[in-house]
Amino acid sequence: MTFEQLLQYIFSGLTSGSIYALTALGFTLIYNATGLINFAQGELVMLGGLSAVGLYQAGLPLPVAFLGSLTIVLIVTVLFQQLAIRPLLSRGVLAQVIATVGASLALRTAAMMIFGREALPLPAFSGDTPIRIFGASLNPQTLWVVGSTLLIVLALQLFYRRTLTGKAVRACAVNPLAARLMGVSYSNVVLLSFAVSGAISAAAGVMITPISFMTYSSGALLGLKGFAAAALGGLGNPVGAVVGGVALGILEGLGVGLVSSGYKDAIAFVILLLVLFLRPQGIFGGKAVEQE
Amino acid sequence: MALLTLEGVSMRFGGLDALQDVGFHLHEQQIKALIGPNGAGKTTLFNCITGALRPTAGRVLLEGRDVTAWPAHRMCHEGVGRTFQHSRLFDDMSVLENVMVGRHARTSAGLLSAFLRLPRHRREEAESRQAAMDALWRVDLVDRADQPASSLPLGERHLLEMARALATEPRILLLDEPAAGLNDEETERLATSVRRIRDEGVTILLVEHDMGFVMDISDEVVVLDYGRKIAEGPPLMIQADEEVIRAYLGEELE
Amino acid sequence: MSGGTSSRVSRFVPRNWSFAVLAVAVLLVPAFTRDTYILSIFAFMATRFMVVVGLWLLLGLAGQISLGHAAFVGLGAYGSAILVTRADVNPWLALVMSAVLAAAIAGLIGIPTLKLKGHYLAMATMGFGEIIHILLIQLKGLTNGTDGITGIPPLSLGPLNFSDPRLYHLLVWVVALIFFLLALNLTNSRLGRALQALRRSEVAAQSLGVDTSWRKLQVFMLSAVAASIAGSFDAHYVQFVSPDSFTLNVSVILVCSVVIGGFRSVWGAVWGTLLITILPEIIKRFNEDAVNLVFGLLIIVIVVLLPVKSGPLARLQLLLRGRERL
Repeated sequence: MTFEQLLQYIFSGLTSGSIYALTALGFTLIYNATGLINFAQGELVMLGGLSAVGLYQAGLPLPVAFLGSLTIVLIVTVLFQQLAIRPLLSRGVLAQVIATVGASLALRTAAMMIFGREALPLPAFSGDTPIRIFGASLNPQTLWVVGSTLLIVLALQLFYRRTLTGKAVRACAVNPLAARLMGVSYSNVVLLSFAVSGAISAAAGVMITPISFMTYSSGALLGLKGFAAAALGGLGNPVGAVVGGVALGILEGLGVGLVSSGYKDAIAFVILLLVLFLRPQGIFGGKAVEQE
Repeated sequence: MALLTLEGVSMRFGGLDALQDVGFHLHEQQIKALIGPNGAGKTTLFNCITGALRPTAGRVLLEGRDVTAWPAHRMCHEGVGRTFQHSRLFDDMSVLENVMVGRHARTSAGLLSAFLRLPRHRREEAESRQAAMDALWRVDLVDRADQPASSLPLGERHLLEMARALATEPRILLLDEPAAGLNDEETERLATSVRRIRDEGVTILLVEHDMGFVMDISDEVVVLDYGRKIAEGPPLMIQADEEVIRAYLGEELE
Repeated sequence: MSGGTSSRVSRFVPRNWSFAVLAVAVLLVPAFTRDTYILSIFAFMATRFMVVVGLWLLLGLAGQISLGHAAFVGLGAYGSAILVTRADVNPWLALVMSAVLAAAIAGLIGIPTLKLKGHYLAMATMGFGEIIHILLIQLKGLTNGTDGITGIPPLSLGPLNFSDPRLYHLLVWVVALIFFLLALNLTNSRLGRALQALRRSEVAAQSLGVDTSWRKLQVFMLSAVAASIAGSFDAHYVQFVSPDSFTLNVSVILVCSVVIGGFRSVWGAVWGTLLITILPEIIKRFNEDAVNLVFGLLIIVIVVLLPVKSGPLARLQLLLRGRERL
């Protein structure tokens, strides 16, 4: 493998890695608030991408389609949270997990009925002319993806560290009972976590669509990889989610270079199993994952 | 030799020392109580003894054998039974079925004999049923056997937890706040059961806040405060101990 | 599950009566119809039933979710197809070999995930399902890619050739009913109680001597074996396999059928199977694509509106039996 090729794989790994990082963050937000793994997370990414395609094809300018897509996914997520998760908060994780599994099937099927079975594209945010760096070509969309991911992560950090609401959410993650005693409304925190998680996932979906297209069935793999990234970094750890996502993306990029692109999607799964086997708390240590 | 020995047991959670260098002996057929203000580390110590937690330092010895951090199910096989502070009954099972789960460690039917209802399995089932009824009898719950566990009042939930642990044929029984939420009459009934169980040869270690109950029933008391052992001795001595009084007064002032 | 000593005898008899009624009813079907379409629906119902009963043991009894059971069915189907058509292995031996492979893979996935708390198994099995789907398409030399494998011979046993749909009906239903009987026995045993206990509280179950990781692994492998055997039967019956039959959606539908039938009793698997066989036939009249949408929404409604341990049909069944206690 030449240096140019290596760089090329790293660039493409960085792009998909950013998407995995955002999806992993989506998992993390909900996991920290409720302790549940949202099996519809990938579907939210898919829905974000396809909604933007739909709005764009309906004639809206790209930025408007972007925002419109965020709004749509936000509404879907909040509705799901209010109608299904909220009544189940006191009923244990199993029921909640089943509800998210049902939601994933429903969203996937609804997307197929609305947008059809074809993979749909979206134009790149600022043209397709590649930028040359050290002999490798960098797609401008990559800069958009990586830049926006950084922005989102920074904004989240500010929100959780500096604002009162953010601190309340973190308090809930550490000790729901104590937070409740301090007057933090647990169900509002859960609602907020779902909303933010949905918006982030939608943004990830819109940004990746110009590069890899989107179909109704893309959600499952995106969700799986986001989860693998979160587990790699340490489930429940936001920094771990971002680092895990980027690491997974780059490993996948290199894997494609070294093995074959046909098995690209298998890499995340192998990594997931290896992490669970060797270091279930992930690289950076997540919340206690071993049996209490 | 002591039945159970703790040596320098310590437990850290992140930066917090939940237990620091706790050690004591538990002798055959003793009733020993573990007391201390909230957050003193009593339940954590239980978890370290029963294998639910792995202590960060120190050893747990059972008849001199090092059993530190053995998995919980193995400790059950070794004869260490326990109840939980917030009752963890199997609410979707009957009272009897709850106790029959306690026979798991003392039965051995595998997948095949369960599938085929082999004669050995049927015999074992009958024995389990009998042993479970015996355990219910020991805590005076026989007439509840067929009711769903979820229908029991709090006092009887504690008793059922005890029966379930007794069905595992423990040599040591660890009771986590068995008297919490009980009225006087229920507490009296509990004390009678605990004494009877001890007289039948079971050694008892219990965590309890009800001082009347503790002083009445125990042979020895260990006091924990902020994860450290601050006193150990017979009830009368503990009641006169100044450090203990300070620890408890401190709590009341909060 | 919430009965007791005194009612033991009286409950033992009706339970066996229910089983006898079920067995006689399904085994008599070929006496009333020669219609191949109806018989094919029943044939698929039998294998589906096996998968759902296995999954019920995992999800309904032990409370663990698998989102990859379609892949285990696929493993059995492709295992049989490949071994029989390419290596000329005896079909029955191929069925057993595939089941052993399924158990081994289940072990590989289950060992790291089932000792963790939460639902890592669900995500790992979902990943496994996606991988199998990819492999079935990519390993063209072995699986013939998206075209699938044709020419799988029907099963036969000595002079009996099960290409006759009515004979096959008897075979596949006898197998499914035997497995159901085994599952009934299991739920009513030491191991069944252990699994039910750990669903409620793993910590409490461990303190009573249950090796929860091992028991969860055991039931997961068992359910994988049931799925694989069902897949082998399907492959020989249809004489064709393709990757499309083993997707994530199918896995989720299988979970739906367990949830719909309810967690209370393994009889829920009967009602769940019945409903996922019949409901699509009805919905298809309106809109073929909407089937999965309805199932997805249905399980959300069920878990939100009803306690999971008693699906609507389990509830109905209890009411019909006059047992009010839920």
